[in-house]
Amino acid sequence: MAGSGTAHLRDKDDVILRVQDLVMEFPAGKGQVVHAVSGISFDIAEGETLGLVGESGCGKSTTAKAVIQLPIPTSGSVLFEETELTGLSKEELRQTRPQLQMIFQDPIASLNPRRRVFDIVSEGLEVWGSGGGGEGSFAESRVEEIIRAVGLDPDQTRKRRPHEYSGGQCQRISVARALVLDPKIIICDEPVSALDVSVQAQVLNMLEDMKARYGLTLMFISHDLSVVKNISDRVAVMYLGKMCEIGDGDLLFANPAHPYTKVLLAAVPDPENQHANDGEVLAGELPSPIDPPTGCRFNTRCPHAQDICRTTEPQIEQVGDGDHWVACHFPLVS
Amino acid sequence: MAVNTPLLEVENFNVGFKTERGLAKAVDGVSFVLNRGETLGIVGESGSGKSVLNRGIMGLIASSRVVETGSVIFDGVQLANQDRQDLWGKRISMIFQDPMTSLNPVMKIGKQINEPIRKHLGFSKSQATERAIELLTSVGIPEPARRISQYPHEMSGGMRQRVMIAIAMSGEPEMMVADEPTTALDVTVQKYILDLLRQVQLDRGMAMTLITHDLGVARGRTDQIMVMYGGRIMEHAETEALFANMRHPYTEALLASIPRLAHAKHTRLSPIPGAPPDIVEPPPGCRFAPRCRYAQQQCITESPAVIDDNGHRYACFYPVGTDENAEALATNQARGETATGLKIGPAPSKTDNDGENG
Ligand SMILES: Nc1ncnc2c1ncn2[C@@H]1O[C@H](COP(=O)(O)OP(=O)(O)OP(=O)(O)O)[C@@H](O)[C@H]1O
Ligand SMILES: Nc1ncnc2c1ncn2[C@@H]1O[C@H](COP(=O)(O)OP(=O)(O)O)[C@@H](O)[C@H]1O
Ligand code: SF4
Ligand SMILES: [Mg+2]
Ligand SMILES: [Mg+2]
Repeated sequence: MAGSGTAHLRDKDDVILRVQDLVMEFPAGKGQVVHAVSGISFDIAEGETLGLVGESGCGKSTTAKAVIQLPIPTSGSVLFEETELTGLSKEELRQTRPQLQMIFQDPIASLNPRRRVFDIVSEGLEVWGSGGGGEGSFAESRVEEIIRAVGLDPDQTRKRRPHEYSGGQCQRISVARALVLDPKIIICDEPVSALDVSVQAQVLNMLEDMKARYGLTLMFISHDLSVVKNISDRVAVMYLGKMCEIGDGDLLFANPAHPYTKVLLAAVPDPENQHANDGEVLAGELPSPIDPPTGCRFNTRCPHAQDICRTTEPQIEQVGDGDHWVACHFPLVS
Repeated sequence: MAVNTPLLEVENFNVGFKTERGLAKAVDGVSFVLNRGETLGIVGESGSGKSVLNRGIMGLIASSRVVETGSVIFDGVQLANQDRQDLWGKRISMIFQDPMTSLNPVMKIGKQINEPIRKHLGFSKSQATERAIELLTSVGIPEPARRISQYPHEMSGGMRQRVMIAIAMSGEPEMMVADEPTTALDVTVQKYILDLLRQVQLDRGMAMTLITHDLGVARGRTDQIMVMYGGRIMEHAETEALFANMRHPYTEALLASIPRLAHAKHTRLSPIPGAPPDIVEPPPGCRFAPRCRYAQQQCITESPAVIDDNGHRYACFYPVGTDENAEALATNQARGETATGLKIGPAPSKTDNDGENG
């Protein structure tokens, strides 16, 4: 991408989360700055899944963490329901935490190895004080219900520790741990990237089921385009801290409007097509986020770049009349 | 170095690890032939024996805990384990999934490339540096003269993998073992790396085993594919024959479990039920039987032999696409479960757009 702009944002009343002009910068020594995320805007409607794709280092995880204020963004707004999260005190933030849960890539490393799994899942309830413990209590039966819902046996989880479970099962445990807090939104950062294809399919199906059962809203990060297409309603494509393209997943993948999206799609191998990847490779190297290109950040590698792309940042505009938006001076479809 | 002549011939190869519970049969009776200039893809879930097979062939896992048997012929010569270790780095090279663990983090890139060059080719220091720059250029590293004085952490994952390839290429190997070389990389970088390896193969007639769990990568980048499960070959055929005429229920199930760009959003995925087998005490009959939707009584009591159907090999009593297979499925659907007790649903209605390969 490319560019900035907010034309694609929907009415505040129709969305549960609205992120506007989000900027996240990190000091890089010698007075330099890493421009990890540079003016990203998006929103998520209740019950929707927004997928975030892009290559390593483009700012997906930084965006996700900025949403939950870890750390507090350099600038921009994160509106969750009626609450502006960027201005909250520590204590106010603490109170919103249960509603915005995050799940990470490495399923085993993100679970305390010394605790039994049942206790790990219940942990949040103790920390957030939202329920008294004790066998047979309301909290206890809710934990059991959720453990069963993600496909594990509650009695086993009382005896076993994380290392006694497989990667896929540990990811189920992570999901259960988030669900007990009754969150509105779960942010999943590469939750299936470390898993075998078959286990990946199990976890993706389970996430869809949990979403339906508990009325969740998801933000789902992955560098795997097929996975993102499968689970998302809407998809956002990022490049070097900027938004390239966003919209309905079926529309966006069928008719990529941004040259970068097109290059990404052309690199995805396809078991149905021997020649899926026979085309040109993406030229050049990813520029440094310390000194990103001016104008459109993709201009150094874009086959369609003209002078204007090097000087002027493109703003997000609608493609056709559907839910499809692109930030490019020369979109491939308009 | 004529292409299409056998370079590596592996016959009835077995690797077992001695464990407290007994012998873990990580590789069980594997045979294949790899020609010069060609690529053998090895696919299967994690733990299926792909890495152990390749490391074993290269003589890299010998120890008192390892029981290794079988015949390995390289370039017409039968080689014992020790002889194979001597080939390694010269006539055969290897690249791995995570270049960070195989690169030395505290040694400059240039030195890491130079050392094998000086060792294997007997170059002087300045000759080796010149060659290192040449190799970095050939793998598409920009500003190679500057890069040789950098450390691995100063490079991106894709660049580190290119450095690994440069090191692996330094001895001008006749064969490359690539163990998930792009699994940790973005698709665009993956394409770059795989294109690069293909170009080397074309230029130099280099053979390659490409271990991958990505059936899309296997389809686009290999001449033949071997599907492994629980240490055994389930199916093995020329790549196009395998996809045109998929025979093994495991191959079919593996393919059905992956999400596809071509499918609409929220298309329900079909995971393989259950988990891979315990290789210390594998199921007595077909190792896939506990997870197979076609399994019948015979699959529990007998181990299916590898059938060779004009070079398309598979080990299954009810191969996909046959009448026997259709009958087995109908039987299981009617009783709601397979012979191993795996629950399966009734026959899907014809409107399902999801089924592939029958
Ligand atoms: N704490 C930090 N200090 C300095 N730079 C950072 C920090 N966190 C992230 N970055 C940089 O910000 C950019 C975006 O990083 P981020 O982790 O968000 O990428 P990503 O899209 O999640 O990548 P991946 O697919 O590899 O997970 C990168 O250039 C990264 O090196
Ligand atoms: N040193 C070892 N000792 C015991 N078991 C091992 C050892 N190395 C590998 N294995 C086992 O051998 C099987 C095959 O492993 P591997 O070849 O690494 O699988 P993959 O197909 O994922 O590459 C696995 O069950 C693994 O746990
Ligand atoms: S049909 Fe029988 S032999 Fe064939 S894969 Fe299934 S269980 Fe194995
Ligand atoms: Mg990340
Ligand atoms: Mg392996």
